[in-house]
Formats: sequence, structure tokens, C-alpha cells
Amino acid sequence: MMSSSSKLVLYSYWQSSCAWRVRFALNIKGLAYEYRSVHLRKGEQFSPEFKKLNPLCFVPVLVDGDIVVSDSFAILLYLNEKYPQIALLPSDPQLRALNLQVSNIVSSSMQPLIMQSILKYIEEKFGPAERQLWVQHNIERGFQALEKLLKDFASTYATGEEVYMADVFLAPQISVAEMRFNIDMSKFPTLNRIYKSCKDLPEFQASVPERQPDAEL
Amino acid sequence: MEESKLKLYSSWRSSSSCRVRIALNLKGLKYEYKAVNLLKGEQFSPKFSKLSPLNYVPTLVDGDMVVAESFAILMYLEDKYPQHPLLPPDLKKRVINYQAASSVSSSIQPLQNLVEQKYIAEKVGSDEKLSWVKHHMEKGFAALEKLLKDHAARYATGDEVFLADLFLAPQIHDALTRFNVDMTQFPLLLRLNDAYNELPAFQDAMPEKQPDYLQS
Repeated sequence: MMSSSSKLVLYSYWQSSCAWRVRFALNIKGLAYEYRSVHLRKGEQFSPEFKKLNPLCFVPVLVDGDIVVSDSFAILLYLNEKYPQIALLPSDPQLRALNLQVSNIVSSSMQPLIMQSILKYIEEKFGPAERQLWVQHNIERGFQALEKLLKDFASTYATGEEVYMADVFLAPQISVAEMRFNIDMSKFPTLNRIYKSCKDLPEFQASVPERQPDAEL
Repeated sequence: MEESKLKLYSSWRSSSSCRVRIALNLKGLKYEYKAVNLLKGEQFSPKFSKLSPLNYVPTLVDGDMVVAESFAILMYLEDKYPQHPLLPPDLKKRVINYQAASSVSSSIQPLQNLVEQKYIAEKVGSDEKLSWVKHHMEKGFAALEKLLKDHAARYATGDEVFLADLFLAPQIHDALTRFNVDMTQFPLLLRLNDAYNELPAFQDAMPEKQPDYLQS
């Protein structure tokens, strides 16, 4: 039943929002994959084996035969080119650029500033109150920019009636903001609408942290 | 004289703007340089905000098309102006380029700016700031050395300049000129930097050559 040579392998951790993006994208594209857990809280990302796959010691990492891709943004672009069915980038230049912008805002201006290692540093240096202020400041700044960018689209998803890369990056980030950091999403009605639409998708539901094999509930 | 229809809103300081300047040079695209003084907060001016709701540099204007975010701009340029391609035809090599680019733009560059942010800037001494930046740059550079070692030739992913080089060059430049990173720890990146120094397209894009250099 399992043909290991042709199967995609995803190194993931249930709570990683970056890995979540890839899980969501794989589901949208209808691509089966083997889930391999890297327990971040136990430091498994620093094991010699994993370091060989990704010297930056981050999940997600995708292995496709002899191709190893780390970084969710690079993985998404790879998947889109290797498995073009159900495209994650629209062909219209303006919408294409918009999807790349949204994805980059999440992956460069938001998530890296609120990942666990950074928050640990902030908390150790400045205390827990500052940590929360820091998180709030960075998330709200990012969401304000995204809200501005997307507010003129009165569509089901971020940039139209289909799920694209922007949605793949947004939905996990919004979920984490709400659930982990108690951000009030009612301030961002466009983003909230997009998130609600994604939550209705079985592909999204199957990708949520709580439904992963390594979820600790 | 034909007015160039490409306009680039840029700051000499901005390494993400530098990436785009390199691309425009490589593709032989003339553009009007519109300086945005980041220290004075010009990116928040009503005029710029109307153009670019994100208040980001770089922002490219091409006729009716307005694109912000360096990666989005580079992909737009690649689609619209295919001369001197920024991506190799081979998917495996393309993926290395995407990883290197994303590694710089999400694992190195944002953390470099982090210490200048609210809540940290005034509370952390300049020595600690510097050591923070250096730590993250060095971590990122070490990973890039490993990523590229089986792929690099004259440039990051072969004998031609591609996307990875556009992200690496400004980052290495910043490491050397602003943060005194000892790049001899990263012989591959140092060698690449020497190669970039030979290319006018790269050199003309560097901060020191921009019209607003040191003016903001």
C-alpha cells in the first residue's frame, strides 16, 4: 500500500504554523504524504539527522524522492511548480503579486518575530508583560497591513473565489493569533471573513494542529 | 527623451530595495529612483500611503501596476521582462534559489531589524544589539554555506547569476559594512561576494551608489 519511494514526506510539528501552511497546501492539492514528527519542545530539531536535512533546524521540511526542501515559502513554490493541479498562485499578474505579498508579509514580517525562540528571549530579558505587548504589537501591525491590502476584495477567500497561497499563509497565522495570543480578530473584518471561509474547508480542518498524529491534547 | 515608465521607491539603506535594484540592472531596465527617507518617516506620507498601502520600500510602479515586497516585485519582473532570467530552468536548482532567498528574507533580515523595534531599541545597549544581530546573521550564513555547498560554482547556484545571488549580495554587504561580521567563517559566501564585486549590475545597486546615500 505504501510506496515509500514515491511518497512525499513532511517533517512537521503539530503546533508549528509554518508546517501547518504546508499541510493545508498538500491537502488542497490532493497530495498524500507521510507525516514525520519533529518534537520541537523536546529539541528534536537539533538532532544530527534533522540538522542534515535542515541546518537551520526549522520545520517544515519536505522530502520528495531525492529533493529536500526546507522553508514553507520555498516548499509552496516547489509544490506549485512540481504539482500544478489546483494552482496556488493565480495567473493574473496583479493577483499573483498580491498573493506573494501576503505570503511574504506573514512569513517575513510576522511569524519570525513571534516564534518561540524569540519570545523566550523577550520574556527572559524584559518579562512576561513585555512579551505579550511585543506579540500584540507585531501581530497587529502585520494584520493592519494585510487588512489594508485585502479589504477591497469582497470575495470568499483572500483574492477571489479560490483558495490561493495568501489563504494558505493567512489562515494558520490568524488561528495562532487568536488561540495562542488572544488577539481580537474583530478588529480585522476582512481577515476574519477569510479565516471563516478557510475553516469551512475539509482540507483546512484536516490540517489543524489538533488533528495531527503528534498532537498532545 | 523617453521617460522611463518604471519607478522604484527605494531607500539606500534598505537591503530589500537593493535586491530589486540588482534585478533591474541585470535585466537592463531603466527606472526612476524615488528616494523614501525612512528615518524621517516618509514612507508614511499621505502621498506614498496612497500609492503603497503597506508603506513599504521597495515599491515598484510599472504603468498601472504597483507592487510592493521584494520577492513579489522580483517575480513580477521575471514574468514581465524575461531577459536575463532570474530563475534557472532546472526545478532542483530553482528550489535551492527559493530556499536561499526565503532564508535571507525570513530567517536573517527580519531578525536583523528586530532590535531596532519598539520595546527593544531603547532598552538594549548597543553592544547587545550588535551581538544579537551578529548571532542571527551568523546562524543564517552558516546554514546558507551548507545549503549552497553542493550547488555553488561561480555564483550561488551555478555559473550564472540567479535569484539567490540577489538576496545574498545585499545581506553580505550589510554584514561586512554595518555589522563587522567576520565573513572568513563563511568562505563560500565570501568567495561569492568577491564575484558580486566584479559585476557592474551588483555594484551599481549597492547603497553607496544610490542618489540618497547618507542623506537619510
